[in-house]
Amino acid sequence: MSTPPDLLYSEPEDDLRAAVRALLADRADLPAALARAESGDPYDPALWTSLTAGIGAAGLLVPESLGGQGASHREAAVVLEELGRAVTAAPYLTSSVLATSALLACDTDDPDVAGLLTALAQGRGVAVLAVPFGTAPDAPLPVGAATVRGVADAVRADVLLVPRQDGLYAVETASPAVTVEPLTPLDLTRPLAAVTVDPGAGLRIAAAPEAERAVRAGLLAGAGLLASEQLGIAEWCLEESVRHTKERYQFNRPVGSFQALKHRMAQLWLEVVSARAAARAAADALATGDPGAPLAVALAQAYCGPVAVHAAEECVQLHAGIGMTWEHPAHLALKRAKSAATALGSTGRHQEALAALVDLPAPG
Amino acid sequence: MTDATELRTRVAGLLAAHPPSSTAEEDFLRARFDAGLAWVHYPPGLGGLDAPRALQSVVDADLAAAGAPDNDPRRIGIGLGMAAPTILRYGTREQRERFLRPLWVGEEVWCQLFSEPGAGSDLAALATRAVREESSGDWIVDGQKVWTSGAHLARWAILIARTDPALPKHRGITYFLCDMTDPGVEVRPLRQLTGEAEFNEVFLTGVRIPDAHRLGGVGEGWQVARTTLMNERVSIGGARLPREGGMIGAVARVWRERPELRTHALRQRLLTLWVEAEVARLTAERVGQQLAAGQPGPEGSGLKLSFARLNQEISGLEVELLADEGLLYSDWTMRRPERVDITGRDAGYRYLRAKGNSIEGGTSEVLLNIVAERVLGLPPEPRDDKDVAWKDLAR
Repeated sequence: MSTPPDLLYSEPEDDLRAAVRALLADRADLPAALARAESGDPYDPALWTSLTAGIGAAGLLVPESLGGQGASHREAAVVLEELGRAVTAAPYLTSSVLATSALLACDTDDPDVAGLLTALAQGRGVAVLAVPFGTAPDAPLPVGAATVRGVADAVRADVLLVPRQDGLYAVETASPAVTVEPLTPLDLTRPLAAVTVDPGAGLRIAAAPEAERAVRAGLLAGAGLLASEQLGIAEWCLEESVRHTKERYQFNRPVGSFQALKHRMAQLWLEVVSARAAARAAADALATGDPGAPLAVALAQAYCGPVAVHAAEECVQLHAGIGMTWEHPAHLALKRAKSAATALGSTGRHQEALAALVDLPAPG
Repeated sequence: MTDATELRTRVAGLLAAHPPSSTAEEDFLRARFDAGLAWVHYPPGLGGLDAPRALQSVVDADLAAAGAPDNDPRRIGIGLGMAAPTILRYGTREQRERFLRPLWVGEEVWCQLFSEPGAGSDLAALATRAVREESSGDWIVDGQKVWTSGAHLARWAILIARTDPALPKHRGITYFLCDMTDPGVEVRPLRQLTGEAEFNEVFLTGVRIPDAHRLGGVGEGWQVARTTLMNERVSIGGARLPREGGMIGAVARVWRERPELRTHALRQRLLTLWVEAEVARLTAERVGQQLAAGQPGPEGSGLKLSFARLNQEISGLEVELLADEGLLYSDWTMRRPERVDITGRDAGYRYLRAKGNSIEGGTSEVLLNIVAERVLGLPPEPRDDKDVAWKDLAR
């Protein structure tokens, strides 16, 4: 048996969490965030600057020699827990994890790759993979498609990483060869777009076989760390539900004193505790380059996606009428959770990946 | 502070003075206790060295490697897991010195006389009476206890009984150490739905307990019992296992070896349960890492809840997966097993025995209340039984 993963948080990880949480608490102005979300531009540029240039969160996965922090997926996972808790609109998962991991799997001695990584690590640029946000790590890639629909954070990106038959290309979104057409997303805090890129535009940064490996490495890291974002969403939903049901009086008592409600919140707590173990296992496996990482990621995705959805659905129900309003932020968590459960491969898709890895074959 | 190196030196010294190959088993265990290597976190003189609990594994590993006998902890689990920590915390010097050594060595087996037919989840409502005899100062105990594992093997019992019915229920209880050889103790097997009898009913008729065997103050038994119960929940569901180490391993093996049994609907359930079982295993692993790092959290109190539900669903799935074989049962013969392995025997037994997992050691409903109130801080249900004399409660 291999050594068990380190499932705890280190002291530097706790410090990082405190810094990100303090930043988000300062900046999280929910009415403003809601108004921005509706406008189709939910991002807060000052927040992104603080997160990247201030805290250095965008460069956690990037080695110091390339201008990053030389940390690991464990630290990036902590950042994502906090971004999930606050349902923050920021291209962190898409650029600082997915695109960055893909680039790190290319030849980092190539000056174009290295330059791009440095820019991303220091928050001077945002890059996203030009694949639908629902793409699982083992799913077919949209090579050769003229238009790719459902690219997350493309409206915020400076560079698109475009997988083609003959390799991976970096294309600047400012180029006339690129059209980014915003779509109306279920999750207003993570904009989606249809992206059209002229064939042949851009700079080739990886040849064909290496390109596919790089894109899949990005998708695997993204799926694994999305579990930490889902953990953060679930944790926030539980805390808000507990807070509300302690304060809300009906029948001359706090509604949180009714067993019918408190058992549901205790059940959510169990799920959050379990999701934390699954998400930490995935982050640790990615950080250590464990060959078991695909299993840990599929497990975390198969578990944490439904937990976040369950927590968000319970959050709405336990807030009852208030939870149904536009004004209360529960719907932001619900929309994020439901979208995230489909993002980077659905729960069922991850279960199938896991079944193949642990030899639980289908009938027939 | 005792560190690992010092402990290993002490283990080597013990092995040199009492070579396991030429020392009688009980003599070795007594020597180990006296060397402070029984439970290293206990105080010196009581089997320990006031060392960090996490270092016990260092001692156990070295002794196992040397082929030393152990005290068969599964046979004496109630003594080790529940009686001992309570005696350590509340016992007098005489009680600690009298009871802990034979308990740990396994010379004296312990059982727990807590639950009653009328006091299950509401344990504090218990009705077994202990009355002080003026002339001798002894306590005379009458009542009935139930769900007592190992009562027929036990030399001693931890017992809670009502000493003042006029007080509210939590305040009129006293904790005793009861001699199971007293002629007033009658043990009858309690056959359960699996066909066997792991547990007993214990009838107490005029049982005499000297006041020196009272643990803690008169009327303080509930507080003392909470120490016992907290240790009970820690010891259930806290094991760290390899992947597929629990019940899911059995059903996964059947799935792999018997393709003719597979259906799509069963597979969907299997995959969902496999994910949940593996995550529960990682959660237990994380709780273990927290304890080892000296950062205990509330997470451990959820493990029993998760494992109870998973054991039930997984064993239920296995019975269905086995189809015609699932219709059979190994053996309905009434037996009194000395050890219980809930993953052992056949799928039907596992399915039936797992029903107890959400009842024993606190029902899942009560545990959910505890998580909600103590961990999440949700307000309690309004209660009307806390300030009423026990004798005036409905029963």
